[in-house]
Formats: sequence, C-alpha cells, structure tokens
Amino acid sequence: MLEIKNINARLGEFRLQNISLEIEPGDYLTVLGLSGAGKTVLLEILAGLVKPETGEIFLDGKDISSQSIQKRPFGLVYQDMALFPHMSVRKNITYALKGKGIPKQEQNNKTLELARLTQVEHLLDRHPGTLSGGEAQRVALARTLASDPKVLLLDEPLASLDVKLRQELRELLKKINQTGKTIIHVTHDPMEAATLSKKIAIIEKGELIQWGRPEEVFRNPVSEFVARFSGIKNIFLCEFRKSSEKNGLSHGLTKNNISISCLDDPGKETAHLMIPGEDIIVSEEKLETSAINQYKGIINEIYFLNHGVELIIDAGEIFSVVVSKRSVEKLGLVPGKKVWLSFKASAVKIL
Amino acid sequence: MLKDWRTQLVLIFFSGIILLFIVAPIAGLLLRTSPTEYSTTLQDNEVVSSIGLTLLASMGATIIFGILSVPIAYLLARMNFPFKGLINGIIDLPVVIPHSAAGIALLGLISRGTWIGQAGEAAGISFVGGVAGIVVAMAFVSLPFAINAARDGFAAVPEKLEKAALNLGASPQRVFFSISLPLAKRSVISGLVMMWARGLSEFGAVIIIAYHPMITPILIWERFTSFGLSYARPVAAIFILVCLAIFITMRVLSGKRYHVRN
Repeated sequence: MLEIKNINARLGEFRLQNISLEIEPGDYLTVLGLSGAGKTVLLEILAGLVKPETGEIFLDGKDISSQSIQKRPFGLVYQDMALFPHMSVRKNITYALKGKGIPKQEQNNKTLELARLTQVEHLLDRHPGTLSGGEAQRVALARTLASDPKVLLLDEPLASLDVKLRQELRELLKKINQTGKTIIHVTHDPMEAATLSKKIAIIEKGELIQWGRPEEVFRNPVSEFVARFSGIKNIFLCEFRKSSEKNGLSHGLTKNNISISCLDDPGKETAHLMIPGEDIIVSEEKLETSAINQYKGIINEIYFLNHGVELIIDAGEIFSVVVSKRSVEKLGLVPGKKVWLSFKASAVKIL
Repeated sequence: MLKDWRTQLVLIFFSGIILLFIVAPIAGLLLRTSPTEYSTTLQDNEVVSSIGLTLLASMGATIIFGILSVPIAYLLARMNFPFKGLINGIIDLPVVIPHSAAGIALLGLISRGTWIGQAGEAAGISFVGGVAGIVVAMAFVSLPFAINAARDGFAAVPEKLEKAALNLGASPQRVFFSISLPLAKRSVISGLVMMWARGLSEFGAVIIIAYHPMITPILIWERFTSFGLSYARPVAAIFILVCLAIFITMRVLSGKRYHVRN
C-alpha cells in the first residue's frame, strides 16, 4: 500500500498543502485538477524529483521519503513523454534495463515483450522525432514499464491525443492496471478520470479537496469547485433566512429570486445548492407529484450528446437537464417551447 | 517587411560589404601568393615544423583544458548559486584583456621563480621558452570559447530528459554520459573547435612566454619584421589554408542536431 502523509511543498509562490492519500496495490487513482493545481508537482514529489518541505511517503509500510530517485519504485511518464531524442525507440526502452546486470538476451526479450504490450514493435528502430503523439506516448509507457515500477505515475498521458488514440491508450492503461500495476494518473479531464479510475483525488490550488470512488465524488461533491469541475451544472448560490425553514424544509432564494426547497438546513446564511441534471423531470404541464420544486421555463438550447440530450432551460435561473432522445421526440421538445421542471427537495444537495 | 524588394536590396548590399570585408583580405593574400612561393615555402622545414608545432600545441591545449572545462560548463548550465554572474564574467576575462597582458600575467604564474614553474622544471617540463608554456598561453586565451559553448549546449538540453533518466534508475554519472553529454555534443565540439582555432591564431600571450620554439603566428611576424611582406605572405597563406581545411572538416564532423518532442 502507498501512503502519502501530510505532504507540504513550496515552489516559488506555489504551495502544495497537507496532501494525504492512501492507495491500495493495484488501484487506479486519478488526480484531478485544473492546470497549475499542483498535480504534476505531486507526481514529482512521489518520484523523488522534488523534495517536499514536510511529509512522508510509505510504500508497503516502509518509509521511502528520503530514498534516492533511482531507488524509488515509481515510474514517471511525463506529459511531453521526455523520450531521449538521440536514441532509437529500442534503446529508449532498453535504457532502464542496462546497468542492472541483466543479460543482453534477457534485455532484448523484455524490450520485445513491452513493445508488444504497447504495440510499438514495428517502431523499434525509429527515432522519437519521427513518431506521432500516440506512438511516442506508447513508447514512453514501454520505457517506464521496463524499469518495472511498483507504481506507475502518469502526467496527463491522454492530453495531446485525438479521440481515437485516446480510446486506444485508455484501453492499454486499463490492461496495464489489470496486470496488478498501481497507477496514479494526473489529468484535468473529469471524463478521463471517471472512465479509468477506481479512485479519484481532486486538487485545487495545491490542496486536496476530496477523494474517494468516482461515483462518491461525482455524486456527493463537497464544494462548488468539485461540483462544477465534475461537470455538474445546476449550482446556485442561495440565501437562507431564519424564517425560511417551514414544513421541515429549508428554502433558499437564488439571486434571481427563485425559491429552492431542500431537506437539510445549511446552517449558514448563504450556501450553494446543487441539483443533478438527471434528477430533474421535464413535462409539458405542471405535475401532481411529490416534487416540491416546480418551475415554468422555456427551452433555450438543445444539445445532442453521446448519452442523451441536454436541454438548457430558462426558468428564472438557467437549468441544464439531460433527457433521452425518446423524451425529446415524445414531448416535441424544441427551442422556444414552454415546459415545466420538477425535482424533489431530497434531490437538492447543499455544498 | 523582408518581402519588399528595396529592403531586400539594402540588406543584401550591407551583408555583402561585411562578407567582402572578411573575405577580401584573405582571398587577396591567397591569390597574391604564386604557386612557386607556395611550393618553396612548403619545402621550408622551419615553416613546416612551426605549423606542426602550432597545430599540436593548440590541440594539446584544447584536449587538456577544453575537456577539463566541461564540468564547470555543466555546473554553470544546471545550477544556481551565489555569484554565478561573477563566475560567468571571470570566464570571459581572457577574451576582454589584451593578450600581451595575459601573457605577462601568466608569466608571473609559471615563470621559473614561481612554485608552479619550479615544480614543472622538477618534472622536466619547461614553461618559459617551452611547448608547455605555449600550450598554457593558448589555453588561457581560448578557454572561454569552449566553456561558453558547452554551457549553452548543456543549458539547451531539457532538464526533464535528465530527470526521466534518473527516474529510470540511472546514476547521475550515467545520466551525464548517456543523456546530457550526447545531447550537448554538438555545442561542446563546436566550442572545442573554436577553442582550438583561437589557440592556433594566438600571438600576444605566446610571444611573452615562448618566443622559441616558434609557433606560426610568431614566425610570420618575425619574417615580416626581418625580411618584409613577400617573405611573410606565403607562410601566412599556407597557415590559413591548413587552418581552413581542418576547421571545415571539424565543423562537418561535429554531428547532427536532435529535436526534442514537445
């Protein structure tokens, strides 16, 4: 198990603060955050390339905080791959195997095995300068795997690839993870995190905001940042007055005077309320249901997505609602059409 | 702006003047020397041995001091420390001080009265009036070329490549010899070639330390002051041709550039 305890680091003006994480063997952890949040620094600290001010790193119970870069069993793949431009792909992959007393035949076999796994066998005699982005990324992976790291550290490995190559590399990363290799993958893309990881850690301005299983994090974001970053759109800053608690419900007022009822008391005068798009029901008429929050609105825009249709509805506040294509056809939903929105108080989350 | 033909004409005109300024005296010197003069001078043992001495002494200076200067070049490229600017300035000193003054300064360090001079004598190495002195004088005035080129070469190697190599388990020594040095090779060699070329042409510092054995720049000067231009010119022409031939060959052989993916 990899345990990161209270890591603090300062790089110029930037500070990484109190990062603590626990990663089980074979886990796939995605560290999610905006550019400059400190994700890469965290990887460099784990790899031993940056020395933290304080904090400890334990691997299988052993403190490796002061272990040299060469001895740490972490393999780092940089975002720009950092392939050695003066060496062939074969020599790049073999680099980690040399100087370890491994017989040449065994080095060759291992290189071929990794080249096969990463599908770069046909590129072995090429130089990095002649490779495409996807090919270079695969070679970088093979080179790092050659050092047989216990933990694979990936810095935005899919960032520079097109959709098709992303999918291929995603599958490769899953395959590598299935061999039991622990992976820590840094990205700014929540979709990437959701599709690959067993756990997600969200970093904002050098601080670890939330971490856990993807469904936990995306379903129960602890802050507005996490919610927005996770792609949740219906977040409203509401005011709560003392008198606003009635019928066991709290009622928040948005800046456009829309009242939203929720089950819990935020315990403060202002709070962000969040309504997952899939918990909102769209209908042509007002519904007689238990949903206490009902608003009349007008469809502003319609976006066809892979998994459904996103409606942007102006109901005093702008709501994003995801419905099925069938619903769009059945209800005749088109921009300009007046509709009703309904959601339960229990669907409203206080951030 | 550069697409305007008038601008192009002005640029070409001024570029031509500058190129002519460099090429004309050398071409004039080479062309004014007759084939007979070339042939006679090439049979002059004093000239041949002087050119040989000059080439070897400068090469010796480059090999010994140029290679010794690689660590400081790497240090200046990779590390930040107090007074780094001052150290960079010190390295450029030999270029900015008059070379005869550099010769006097060196003489104060390696003359027979100093402990270095005495240690050399004890080991059978004579600096003053000896090849060792020529090597030291040539190295002193030409070192900045090697150090500056190597420093810029190392600085241009992305640090990330070195970090990646360390992460793959390589020792710092292996990283230096397998990543940093090969990638900075072109600059390092280019600097050594420049150092060697600069050493060949040194006159001021060498004449103070060792008039004899006579390196070619001193031989040219001696023939000019003792016998006149017509005796000095063929020596100068042959020396220039030899230097050009070696210089061009070294440039061609100094390797190709690598492009790092970004």
